[in-house]
Amino acid sequence: MTDPSLREQHRFDSLRESATFDRPTIAAIQRAAATGVYDIRGWGAKRALPHFDDLLFLGASMSRYPLEGYRERCGTDVVLGDRNAAHPLHLDIPVTIAGMSFGALSAQAKEALGRGASEVGTSTTTGDGGMTPEERGQSTHLVYQYLPSRYGMNPTDLRKADAIEIVLGQGAKPGGGGMLLGQKISDRVADMRTLPAGIDQRSACRHPDWTGPDDLAIKILELREITDWAKPVYVKIGASRTYYDVKLAVAAGADVVVVDGMQGGTAATQDVFIEHVGIPTLAALPEAVQALQELGVHRKVQLIVSGGIRTGADVAKAMALGADAVAIGTAALIALGDNDPRHDDAYRRIGSAAGFYDDFQDGRDPAGITTQDPELAARLDPVEGGRRLANYLRVLTLEAQTIARACGKAHLRHLEPEDLVAVTIEAAAMARVPLAGTSWIPGRER
Amino acid sequence: MTTTAGPTPGTTTVFDLGVTGVRALNAELHAPTSRHYEVLRPQGAHAVAAGIDTDIAVDVRGHVGYYAAGMNDGGRVTVHGNAGTGVAENMMSGLVRVTGDASQSAGATAHGGLLVVEGSASMRCGISMKGVDIVVGGDIGPMSAFMAQAGRLVVCGDAGASLGDSIYEARVYVRGGVASLGADCVEKEVRPEHRAELAELLAAAGIDADPAGFRRYGSARRLYHFTSGNSY
Ligand SMILES: Cc1cc2nc3c(=O)[nH]c(=O)nc-3n(C[C@H](O)[C@H](O)[C@H](O)COP(=O)(O)O)c2cc1C
Repeated sequence: MTDPSLREQHRFDSLRESATFDRPTIAAIQRAAATGVYDIRGWGAKRALPHFDDLLFLGASMSRYPLEGYRERCGTDVVLGDRNAAHPLHLDIPVTIAGMSFGALSAQAKEALGRGASEVGTSTTTGDGGMTPEERGQSTHLVYQYLPSRYGMNPTDLRKADAIEIVLGQGAKPGGGGMLLGQKISDRVADMRTLPAGIDQRSACRHPDWTGPDDLAIKILELREITDWAKPVYVKIGASRTYYDVKLAVAAGADVVVVDGMQGGTAATQDVFIEHVGIPTLAALPEAVQALQELGVHRKVQLIVSGGIRTGADVAKAMALGADAVAIGTAALIALGDNDPRHDDAYRRIGSAAGFYDDFQDGRDPAGITTQDPELAARLDPVEGGRRLANYLRVLTLEAQTIARACGKAHLRHLEPEDLVAVTIEAAAMARVPLAGTSWIPGRER
Repeated sequence: MTTTAGPTPGTTTVFDLGVTGVRALNAELHAPTSRHYEVLRPQGAHAVAAGIDTDIAVDVRGHVGYYAAGMNDGGRVTVHGNAGTGVAENMMSGLVRVTGDASQSAGATAHGGLLVVEGSASMRCGISMKGVDIVVGGDIGPMSAFMAQAGRLVVCGDAGASLGDSIYEARVYVRGGVASLGADCVEKEVRPEHRAELAELLAAAGIDADPAGFRRYGSARRLYHFTSGNSY
């Protein structure tokens, strides 16, 4: 073996990357050493976690009777918040758009979300930073978030909303507040939040005027009083002690509980928080359902689940495990054009690449979605974005229906845990469904 | 509900909360048929006179629970007694007066209007305030003006620990002692324009105190840009 290029090749082949200190880990240490500041980024947890991919449906066979694909009726509508509110939400599909703030997103992106969701009869949700006319104007069903920061919170917008979502936390950062870095605080964003433009702005992690579930019950009562008991009140929690949190949210009077798992997206959070705090969506969902069932309110207090929903299969699996609806954040942004290969050159110029871009915090998004820069934001056409989102939502719904029909269900909400098995022991234990080919549910007596 | 006369100025509608619930009271206040209301026997009820958005006057005779006058946008509410947590929380405009003491988070996140607490206010007074003016005749508890963004907080007595922690652009005036200042809150010079605004605020609140006796506190603005140095 005298050929030097071959020798070179062999030397390269013998290089072995450490599983513990892999290249991203080494780069993170180098970055920390160079800057002295921890990494803040957008997106959700990137590590591999037990997820809906680890579940499979048992299609109909001898003992089950399927429905005819795309012909026989398979309902998809859902009513949210009919426990106390005079005007619950009636959505055509069980896929909602999660709360993403104006500030984190451009006004164009908010408008596009409203257009797309309304086209297929579902809701959008405001976010930390208040309600914009763009979103209210385009969203037939708009959920108004009530967050610890109370940025932009006012009674006029509260009354314009179709539902109120009290946010306790997010799956990406349960126990964390939020931040919007100065480069995204344009004059308009600053004005809506009553803060100076250009400063790094912190969103509180605790509500300013209530602590604990007993206070929350009174807070919910106040919001109902202010809005004359017309609007459903949701409570959103980041998945951690989900079983207890759901019980307490129901006891406090929530009409709808939103559980966001750790894969859930964020606009700007410390990487260490995203990857190491909270529990996976798959683990949280059955805990939430158990809590609702024990209180006798499953299906009466509706459950919306989010965190890593990408496909109609994910939608169907979440619903089979007991969710009434799901919410999507990251996937909706991708549908609008986030991480689109046509922006690859632009992503590379800012140190990323299509398929990897997660710097939602820094406001230089080439796709015009997570930015307040007027030139960048203008790249997103809200009409075209809305059309793409509507297409994507239709596909999610059609896919979920395909699976439901194969399981013999005439409505998505008829899907049940009995339709599922798991392909890993972890997923079987978390989802509380049998390991495929066995009757074994880890943690359950046989 | 007993109306002493029709919905003309000068008439008063009386709600006895020992008889009618808060829900009926608030429904009436949101579509008022009168200009002035008297609320009797509030008995610590929550959300009394919350969500008012017209120029009506409400006199509450007795103590109220949480979130009295919450999110009001206009109107004048007087609590003749003590108020529980979050009185006038997120008020947009109008006047709220508590003749007794207020519990935690008085005036939390309020955007505008004037909140007067003639007695003392507990912890977190003016937390995350966004433009409201708050005048307290007595003392305020710890963690007051936490993350206060805008508006003015005037305290005629003492302030508890960690005053103005993480404060943004709100201005705080205290006549008595301050147990301690929170992160990024510093004492600032009282210039003539500050004395003038103090005099105005005290006059608006109807509290007789000499503006010369107050010290001013606000943000050092060292937390406005996140760096590794930001560790308190
Ligand atoms: C850009 C962005 C901004 C967000 N802003 C908020 C917010 O203001 N309030 C909130 O409760 N959640 C916020 N979230 C979280 C979403 O509401 C939702 O919980 C999450 O995106 C769901 O997970 P998914 O992204 O995997 O679909 C944000 C997420 C993203 C990606």
